[in-house]
Amino acid sequence: MRLIADLFLLTGAMFIFLGALGLIRMPDVYNRIQAGTKAVTLGAMGILTGIGFMYPQWWYKLVVIMGFILLTSPVSSSAIARAFYIAGVKRWHSSNDATQKNKNTSKAQEKTALQKETS
Amino acid sequence: MNDTSSRPYFLTFAICFLLWLLLSGSFKTDDLIAGVIVSGAVSIMTARRLSILNGLIITPGSFISLLRYLWYFLVELIKANFDLAGRILSRKIPITPAIVEVQTSMQSELGRLLLANSITLTPGTLSVDIVEDRILVHWIDCPDRLDLEYNTTRIAKGFERHLKGFLK
Repeated sequence: MRLIADLFLLTGAMFIFLGALGLIRMPDVYNRIQAGTKAVTLGAMGILTGIGFMYPQWWYKLVVIMGFILLTSPVSSSAIARAFYIAGVKRWHSSNDATQKNKNTSKAQEKTALQKETS
Repeated sequence: MNDTSSRPYFLTFAICFLLWLLLSGSFKTDDLIAGVIVSGAVSIMTARRLSILNGLIITPGSFISLLRYLWYFLVELIKANFDLAGRILSRKIPITPAIVEVQTSMQSELGRLLLANSITLTPGTLSVDIVEDRILVHWIDCPDRLDLEYNTTRIAKGFERHLKGFLK
């Protein structure tokens, strides 16, 4: 039991570490938010599951905490991303030709979306 | 429960009471009575304004599809994290990000909220904004072709199929 708990705790901590590393390594704000949200959500799940194995009498409280994290963490990251998007923070473009080709279409899409927003 | 006006009250009460049970973790009579009183008061005061719960469909089948959605969601979340871990750890970060639009066929607010949440937590996508039935998605590894149909099938369809079971 203790071993399983440790494994879960370790995996969770590793994912949170990867999330932090992603925050540093990613090139622009949207990609950083992505790295932050996903890794930290799963990392927190892993740690909570580990605690659940260590102290089985707490499982119902841990389930409530997991539910709250799963519901709120994507909402908060979406809110942050939306704020940056409305403030007009520029996105990073790779030198890859795929995005260059699609640049015009995606720009147009963004424009229509912003117009809808303001109207 | 068939009476439409009492439905939000019942739902709010059920959710509050379930939370109460989970947080208090005791089945003593005193605690149960206190829980009933508190969640009853909360549901009387707030249920009228909680229009977000209107989208829920409650049948035995919808409960099963809720469980299946949770399972699908968990698998996708784990896949997303391994995908992201691979990208972060590789030396030259392999991303081609773009912001694309996705069309949703979910009718209710709760459905759209859950869909946007699911999109945020799945491989390489982050929902940025919702404008009516379009969700703006930041896609970390955007493929060559970009059109609404294709984006929708790639990003949203899997979740919508499962969400449709218990939400309008």
